[in-house]
Parts: sequence; C-alpha cells; structure tokens
Amino acid sequence: MTLVDIKGLDVGYVRHRRVRPAVAGLDLTVEAGEVVAIVGESGSGKTTTANAIIGLLPPNGRITAGSAVVDGVETAGASERTLRRLRGSVVGLIPQDPMVGLNPTQRVGHQIAEAVRLRGITGAAVPAEVLRFLEQAGVPDPELRARQYPHELSGGLRQRALIAIALAGRPKLIIADEPTSALDVTVQKRILDHLGGLVREQGISLVIITHDLAVAADRADRIVVMRDGRLVEQGDPATIVSAPRESYTRRLTAATPRLAPRFDVRDQAVPEPILTLTEVSKTFAGNDLRRGARGFNALDKVSVTVPRGRTHALVGESGCGKTTTLRIALGLETATSGSVVLDGDEIVGRSWNQLRPLRRKAQLVHQDPFATLDPKFTVGQSITEPLVSFRIGNRRSRQERARELLDQVQLPTSYLDRLPTELSGGQRQRVAIARALALRPDLIMLDEPVSALDVLVQEQILQLLTDLQAALGLSYLFVSHDLAVVAEVAHTVSVMSHGKVVEHGPVAEVFTSPRSPWTRELIDAIPGRRVVDAA
Amino acid sequence: MTTAVADLVTEAPLPAEEAGGRRANLIANLVQLARKPVFLLSVLYVLFVVVSAFWPRLFTSQDPYETNPAAVAQAPSAAHLFGTDIYGRDLWSRVLHGSPLTIKATLIALAIALVAGLGLGIVSGFFGGLVDAVLMRGIDVLLAIPGLLLALSIVTALGYGTVPVAVAVGVAIVPGFARTTRAEVLRVKTLPYVEAARAGGASWTRVLLRHILPNSWGPVAVLAVLDAGVAIIAIASLSFLGFGAAPPEAEWGTLIADGRNYLVTSWWLSLLPGLFVALLVLGLNHISKTLQELTR
Repeated sequence: MTLVDIKGLDVGYVRHRRVRPAVAGLDLTVEAGEVVAIVGESGSGKTTTANAIIGLLPPNGRITAGSAVVDGVETAGASERTLRRLRGSVVGLIPQDPMVGLNPTQRVGHQIAEAVRLRGITGAAVPAEVLRFLEQAGVPDPELRARQYPHELSGGLRQRALIAIALAGRPKLIIADEPTSALDVTVQKRILDHLGGLVREQGISLVIITHDLAVAADRADRIVVMRDGRLVEQGDPATIVSAPRESYTRRLTAATPRLAPRFDVRDQAVPEPILTLTEVSKTFAGNDLRRGARGFNALDKVSVTVPRGRTHALVGESGCGKTTTLRIALGLETATSGSVVLDGDEIVGRSWNQLRPLRRKAQLVHQDPFATLDPKFTVGQSITEPLVSFRIGNRRSRQERARELLDQVQLPTSYLDRLPTELSGGQRQRVAIARALALRPDLIMLDEPVSALDVLVQEQILQLLTDLQAALGLSYLFVSHDLAVVAEVAHTVSVMSHGKVVEHGPVAEVFTSPRSPWTRELIDAIPGRRVVDAA
Repeated sequence: MTTAVADLVTEAPLPAEEAGGRRANLIANLVQLARKPVFLLSVLYVLFVVVSAFWPRLFTSQDPYETNPAAVAQAPSAAHLFGTDIYGRDLWSRVLHGSPLTIKATLIALAIALVAGLGLGIVSGFFGGLVDAVLMRGIDVLLAIPGLLLALSIVTALGYGTVPVAVAVGVAIVPGFARTTRAEVLRVKTLPYVEAARAGGASWTRVLLRHILPNSWGPVAVLAVLDAGVAIIAIASLSFLGFGAAPPEAEWGTLIADGRNYLVTSWWLSLLPGLFVALLVLGLNHISKTLQELTR
C-alpha cells in the first residue's frame, strides 16, 4: 500500500515579494513499512519536502503546484483542520535539534501524555501508556525520566523522549529530520539502530532526512538523492553507493569520509613539539552552575603533544574534556595543575596581558559558523581585526592582507564587504579560518570546525585545511568527535574519555589496531560501513 | 564542551553576483519600512510635531496670546482648526506653541536616560559580580519609587523649567535602559565572536566598544523610541498637575487642564490637545514596534 504519494510537487518561499523555488517537480512515494532516506546537501529541499507533507511549512512557504497525498488525504492546500487530523496520528515528526525540541517547563512524561491523550485515551490509562512508549523508545528507568524536566536529560535521552512522543500517536509514518546530527557518533548509532528496529517491528514507515549518505546507506530500504529541489536519483542503498548513475551521487559518495588514515607517520621521525601539555588537570568548583553541583573533574592528568607542522587530533564523546583541553592550551581557561608549553613559553599562570604576545603564535577556529563572526562586522573587518588589535600595518596594507587571506581560503575578494548573514555556513567557516590566519600563527586550534557542515562542504573545508598546512607549514590541534574526519586530516591522535587520555599515537596505528575499548567503540559507531565496504 | 550543534546550515548564501554588504542591507531595510503605510504616517506625524515645536510659525499665522472677546469658545472651523478658548485665543496655535518645552525636555530626558542607562547597564553587565550587584540594587530602589512621584519631588526641589523637568523624567526612565542594556550585554558577552576577538588579541575596551556595544544597541534603541512617548506623557502630566508653565504661557498639560472645566459646553478645549498628544505617543509606539519587528 502506498502511504505517501507525491506528484509534481512545487514548493517555494516568498521573500521580498518573489517566490524562490525550494522544491521543483518532485515525485516521491513511500510504501507502508518502508524506510526511505532523503539525502542531499543543505538547501536541496529535503526538509521543505517533509514539512510540506505535514503542512508545517513556515509562513512564507507556498505549495505552488502538484499534489501530496498522505494516507489517502490530499495535503497540498488542505485546511488546518484536515492537517491536524493527520499530524500525530498518521504522521509523527522527530525534530532536528533535541536541545530545543522539548518544552523546558514541562515534565517529559507530561509532554508524552499530551500525544497519548490526542488518541482519546483518558484517565488512569495515560501514565501507563507514557511509560510504555518511553520504554519502547529505549529510555532506561522510564518512571524516573517521566518525572524529570528536559534539562535534566542528556542530548541522547532527549532525542529518545522525542521519539517516544512521535510513537505515542501510533503513527503510520515517522519523519525523522536529521534526527541525530546534533549528537555524537556513539549516541547517534545507538539511537538510529533503535529507531530502525522499532519501525520494522511495528510496521511503521520511516522517512530519514539526512545530509550524510553513510547514515542513510546503513539503514534505508531506498535512498532518494535530492539536489536544488529536484530528485537526482533513487534506488536501493547498494546500487546508490556502488553504482550511482548520476555524477552528483558519485560526488556525495566520494565526499563521505571513510576510516582510511590519509597520513602514515609511523616510520617518520617526530618533529620537535610546538605545543606540549604535561599532566594538565582541571577541576570545576562544586558550585559552578554550568557543571552542576558536583565538584567536577573535567581533566585528569592529560598530556598532549602537537608536533610542529603536523595535525594532532583530540577525539572522544561529548563531555570527555576535549574542548576544555583546547581552551586551556589557548589560555582561555586556567588549568588547576600541570604545565602548558607553547613554542618554548610556559603559559599556565600567565595573566591575560602576559599571554597576549603569544596570541600571534596560536589562533582558534570555533565550532559554530553562525556565532563565530560578529553580525555587525563585514567580512573584511572580521578578518583584519587581529591586525588592528596588534596594530600591524596601516589601513591599506591590512586591506591588502585581507584580500590575500580571502584568496588563501578561496573566497572571491568581492566578499570583503559582505555581512555574515549573507554567507553560507561553509563560507563563514572559511572567513573564520582566514581570520585565524591573519597574524601568521604557527599553530591553529580547531574546535569541531566541520561538525556543523554537510558532507560536501565538510570535504572542501578539510581539503582547504590540508592545503593550507602544506603551503604555510601550520600545525593544527584538531578537536572532533568524528573519527572519520580525523582520519582525513590528522597525523597523530589522542583518544579521550572521562577527562583522561586513554590512547594516543599515530592515526594509522590507533585506528587500525585500537588497544582501548573506548577507541574501538568510537570506531564501531562510525556510520557508512556499507559505503566503505562497497567502495 | 558539548558537541551540540544548534542547526545544520540551512539558509542559502546570497549569490555572488548580488549586491551585498552594509549599504545594500540598509537599503533593503528602508525599502521594507517604506512599504508600511501606517509606519510612514507615524513617522510623518512625529516629524511634523518636532518641526512645529521648533518653528511653529510654519504651520500657524495666529498669535497664541492674542485674546479676542468677540470670538470666545468657538467650535473648530476653517478659521480656527481647533476652535478658540474662553478668552478667544486660537487653540491650534496654542497647541503648536505649547510643544517646545515638552519636545525639548523629552529629547534631553532621553539623552540623560540613554547615557546613564547605557553606561550603568554596560558596566554592570560587563564586570558582573559585586559591581553588578551594587548597581542593580540601586536600580531596584529607583524602580520601587513610582516614576511620576519621583519626577514630582525632583521638580519641587529644582523648580520648574526645561532642564529640571528633563532631569526629573530622565532619571525616572533610567532603570529600564540600564536593565535592557545589561541583559543584552550579558547575552552578547558569552558569544563565540567575542571570544574569537579576545583570542585575536583584542583588548577588553576594544571588545566592549566594537563588539558588545553595537550588538547590544538594537533593543535599547527601540526602547528609546518607546520611552519618548512615556516621557511626553510624564511631562504633560506634570504640567497638568500644575507644575507647568505659568499663564498665559501655553503648554500641552496646562491646555488640557484648563479645558476640563468646560468639557460639557466646549469639548474641544481638552479633547483636541489631548488627541494631539495621544496621537504623538501612539505614533512613537507604532514606530518602536515596527523597528522591533525589523530587528528580529
């Protein structure tokens, strides 16, 4: 039976009185009990398609042509009342970001009960149903969790609570919009596996929307590749991955990072270190609100060395202390004990002003491309800011340098006058890299620089980083939760878990013969086994 | 420390060939504003009142002080737009001549509130800790006293005049500015671009002036327009209560107060000046609301 039947669907967004098409002439069907993955880069119209199916387009979204029939009901141009009957009971949605998907002022159980009550269940039967769905969603200790508020749950548990809400309406179809892109790999794997098993067990259809071909290939019965609002290609995962017909699909497959270390430095002499952290510990005070009232040992005798001209990666699950390590290495956070030596200078215990000259040696690139640039600054101003801070050059020579830097990060020089809102995520990250390069530092610390970008952009940025390293002789300290990304760029790696370094060595050695169980778990969690095996 | 990435990149970049940058952005915003008729009307009205406050002769040829026993308490007509008062003076001309004190005092009050409020808010938001606690308790004390009572006591102490009224009203609206600024500074202070600037070697002064202040400014500007309305009402209230200009000087509050004894027989004496002031405040509110929507 066909559950979703989309024919010639056109969706556009009205902006400044013009309709910009987002989806054009899309044909798509989803059978009952089928798992379909919609894959594409950002702006390819995959989320728009999903929103159009359940009538959740933003106010400026318009369905301009075509039809979308869900469970026998036409949703294109349908009234709010018709759509409301579909939502929850026929189509369940798992939103993208578990951090904001739940109401922070209501207990988790209450929010699931809301969905249960919509099915007409009342009275004493509701709490029992709530617990049943929480359990189905794989939440351990459901009685406790139902009584907690969202902020008391980890990201993974929140995502499971959202899955429970979607399940609670007993839908025929679940749409999962990038369900795990905000979670780290191990949690992502557990949740996706669980969700996949669940829908197969209960015969629910599942539409996974993702930018990651690897995630899709592992779980879907059928993959639909979209680009610029059009369907590029569809077929079963094996065919799409191993024998794609379209060049675009081939590019997607090629861009998927695989766990093949690019650099093998096992037999090479280790260059002298540019940054050495020796037995660095960090304890957050018990009353520190950000860490909860526990007196938290964030780092426990962490030693890390970054060789000159090479990339050293710090990997681990979220909360393992890798970002704290990086912030201490940069002097943004103070270590409780231990020593940090940057290019021969000890930085622990230095005041901010004493640290300032060292800023010219080490720079930082942030994770979130949206918040790392001042929205009021033009690209040119952002890039030249470190030069202004250190009073280097005059106005004209700074402009000259800004052009040169834009050239190095492969952006057109016409972008100097652009504001950050006019750039895409990948372009913003390039600007952030250009800014970090402005002072000609020896070492750049990269805090998850590609985790917010989709696969194709991610590949470009990683390539850019490698090229810059070769051209300028840079050293990188690269923080990431994604081993596949690390394999692409890093020479050496330290695996961290619960504030300790559990394993370190050349990437080629650590990734091929991991000794620590933590490393093995991280490696197993990497999506795309099917892609890698097929390729 | 988390790997939580708020969102994947979803918005499309501006095509390379399209004009971008600050100027294009400004033009786009202005075009958007120009498409709102009520907003345009409000702006024109506010401009008209401000201009008429400084050059009332542009809009009326009649003398606001010339009594005319033959034309006492006449209803609005073509000759007398707002009618005449009980001494036969032209009300329209009196309303226009009555605005300078209010408008000037409002502008000074806003300047006081902006400078003091921004300063207090930035200092307490930026330094935090003890400084923040002390300053904010001071603000709390100010908030606890009703604004009009505070203004009344200040005017009683300083006497009447443009500057004392401006000080009285300005001090009463400082807390709002300080609070709003502090909240914005607290928000902006933790954003990665501030940290990026610090990591780039920028001094705190530079970060404060170039990053935190410009990015905290939006909501404060909206509040300033909104509080212009509040200040006008407060000043009119002061003169309504008798803390205004001495007769025969015209003043919005005094005009409304003088007319209230004749509400049944000559309704225009109170209602038309009242309407004039009410429209001005409404216009300012609408402008501030539109700007708020725009900054969102």
